[in-house]
Amino acid sequence: MLTQTQVAVLTRVFQKADGDNQGYVPPSVVVDLVTQVFGSAALSAGELEHVERRSASKASKAGLSFVDFTEVVNDLMGSTTRWGTLQTNLDGHVGFDSIQEQVRRKSLKRGFEFNLMVVGESGLGKSTLVNTLFKSTVSRASCTQVEHPIPKTVEVNSVSHVIEEEGVRLKLTITDTPGFGDQINNDRCWLPVLDHVNDQFERYLKEEVSVVRKKRIPDTRVHACLYFIAPTGHSLKQLDIEFMKRLDQCVNIIPVIAKADTLTLEERDAFKARICEDIQFHGMNVYPSSIVPEDDDDAEINSKIESLLPFAVVGSEKEHKRGNKSVLGRQTKWGFIEVENKAHCEFPNLRDMLIKTHMQDLIETTDKVHYENFRHTRLQRQQMGESNI
Amino acid sequence: VHHFLSPTSALFLFSLKMTAVDVQRQLGHDGRQMKLSGHVGFDSLPDQLVNKSVNKGFDFNILCIGETGIGKSTLMDSLFKTSFNSEPVTHSLPGVSVRANTYVDLQESNVGLKLTIVDTVGYGDQIDKTDSVQPLVDYIDSQFESYLQEELKIKRSLTVYHDTRIHACLYFIAPTGHSLKSLDLVCMKRLDSKVNIIPVVAKADTISKPELAKFKQKIMAELKENGVRVYQFPTDDETVAEMNDAMNSFMPFAVVGSREEIEVGGEMVRARVYPWGTVEVENENHCDFVKLREMLIRTNMEDLRETTHLNHFELYRKNRLKEMGFADSTADNRPVRLYDVIEEKKKTHIREMETKEEKMRQMFVDKVKQKEAELKKAEQDLHGKFDNLRKVHAEEKRKLDDRRRMLEEEINDFNRRKASVQAQQAQAERDMHQNTSPVLGRKKDKKK
Repeated sequence: MLTQTQVAVLTRVFQKADGDNQGYVPPSVVVDLVTQVFGSAALSAGELEHVERRSASKASKAGLSFVDFTEVVNDLMGSTTRWGTLQTNLDGHVGFDSIQEQVRRKSLKRGFEFNLMVVGESGLGKSTLVNTLFKSTVSRASCTQVEHPIPKTVEVNSVSHVIEEEGVRLKLTITDTPGFGDQINNDRCWLPVLDHVNDQFERYLKEEVSVVRKKRIPDTRVHACLYFIAPTGHSLKQLDIEFMKRLDQCVNIIPVIAKADTLTLEERDAFKARICEDIQFHGMNVYPSSIVPEDDDDAEINSKIESLLPFAVVGSEKEHKRGNKSVLGRQTKWGFIEVENKAHCEFPNLRDMLIKTHMQDLIETTDKVHYENFRHTRLQRQQMGESNI
Repeated sequence: VHHFLSPTSALFLFSLKMTAVDVQRQLGHDGRQMKLSGHVGFDSLPDQLVNKSVNKGFDFNILCIGETGIGKSTLMDSLFKTSFNSEPVTHSLPGVSVRANTYVDLQESNVGLKLTIVDTVGYGDQIDKTDSVQPLVDYIDSQFESYLQEELKIKRSLTVYHDTRIHACLYFIAPTGHSLKSLDLVCMKRLDSKVNIIPVVAKADTISKPELAKFKQKIMAELKENGVRVYQFPTDDETVAEMNDAMNSFMPFAVVGSREEIEVGGEMVRARVYPWGTVEVENENHCDFVKLREMLIRTNMEDLRETTHLNHFELYRKNRLKEMGFADSTADNRPVRLYDVIEEKKKTHIREMETKEEKMRQMFVDKVKQKEAELKKAEQDLHGKFDNLRKVHAEEKRKLDDRRRMLEEEINDFNRRKASVQAQQAQAERDMHQNTSPVLGRKKDKKK
């Protein structure tokens, strides 16, 4: 039942435990040996108990012989759901765990790209929030000095910056949608946005499919879309629902409640609950509820985030002196709202999620889920002869 | 201040500046370097990326090419500090074949490695070695091909796809001490654009140090002369550039492998025991094993994987697509989309099939017509014959009727005559009764 390598592994492990070469091993040690061989993550507590009992019952006065040991292991392999995947035991440090370092080095050299889109009616504080997030004047409105009047149709404008921190270079592109939701008739105002997202996918697909292609295809696909909800306190507006329903399959939508300092804490909670109900009722797929957590820490973080969605944020670019520190916040007649204070608003949570913990995940979800969906539909359409591009 | 910087750090700064300029050029006029007024936090991005890669696990595929018995399996066992359970092969195989084994559960700290070791079986054993290299080329190409097929699929699953493309090829050179064999040159020349070749001198404990140095020089000179491109460890990343550069000068690595461990200085080390001394595998004075391990596994594994994907695979893909008839632009320089071309090819193929179908149908119709015509003719013939027969039959019947009529007439005639004769007889008898001349009567009868 056991292959030669597996027997060799067991012999080695047994001999190491059997220090004075008697040919017997105390049954209490068997659990350790088995853990060494299979890896601690592979066996449940119940299985280990079973192993203990078996070895105790098989052991003679002198201890457990090698033959009995192999029998116990055989039993275990037969009863676990992972059939016979014995770890290839490495006796010594080979060194391929340094591949982590190698990957890190290469990524530092390559630099990162992140494309963020902000969507919402004008005056909701989109540019301020983006500037606060990245601690510099990265938004389009701040870059271009000219005052634009609210456009008659929805425009989609992008601006790129390279920011660097601790040797990590990030090319950040912020896409703005002035004119969204600002007209009297807002019918189909999401179309330019949808077109923009699909255009970026199209561009990437074209490059990927050409015979001679670049080594690193420039990634302009939208990785995350911050959708600003006006703080009415009631529920989602029709426009919000329409937008999110149409775009949730192409881009990671992160809804945020803008200008949250107009809501008291109870109003905020009630508003959030209603929004979550609406989202569930319409079956909309907002980030990050669609991702599958990969291990326990991820799952914990994700559940914490999910309980707070959507984030109620306040943005500010002005710093005020409080005591001897300079704090970002909004100064009003009745108080001072600290942007970075978790008790005041959820801006730190949004920033942590967007930048510190989930940025890479946003990029990967866009690449592996949304882009693949787009590619699949697009190529199928072409097959059926419908597209004419 | 700049004047007092040492040359290496000046070089370092210069290279940094170069990269910043490169980045700006990519962005066009829109991209600008922004100053941050505080800590944003995206410096955790490399960590996020590393975590995700580690969770996914890594693939690494090594191809070992060398004669039978030159020490390929032993070296693999020594490199990965385990025993891979490979059976030794006889020398009497008729051709070269490729044997691949995948080991899915190598684990070190939290990194999981899926290692595939590909062995050449029977290499260099035949009398006629002309066909030795083709199976290797075919194997490498077929791995590229399956990856390409997966990439071109409409519904693809690249994240779960098991990447079997060869990342590193260790070419084992026999330690003759003279030069490369012609088979070595031929093989490496054919493979150098498909895989990263790392030549190693096997069983290096059979060559003395001065001989070894000369041997290495000769090998590198020969490779250069024949235009064979072996893998150069990358020198563009400052952190490892120096080390890689030094290692490049040690190529080809002279290695020794061993499956046995003996105790040296209180530790168990892998070594080969001879009556005149012991060769320790991990002793840098004895052989270059440690350097090979350092370069192959600890420093450049990721680079090997990247080069395979970005250079060798791209080249294969480009050539293959061109072979299949795709190009990025048609004769008049209009850009052509890959899937358009696929569509066109499909359409032409369908059209061809349709014409074939038409032809076959036409042929069938013709045959049927022909058969029908034949049958009709046969039918007509039969009708003709039937008519004929009928006519003949009618003729015969008429003839017979005529004959019957004639016969009836004769019968009537005969009956009439018979009747008249009887009447005459009766008359004669009556006459006889009247006169006594029976002679007349009889004479009359006789006359009649």
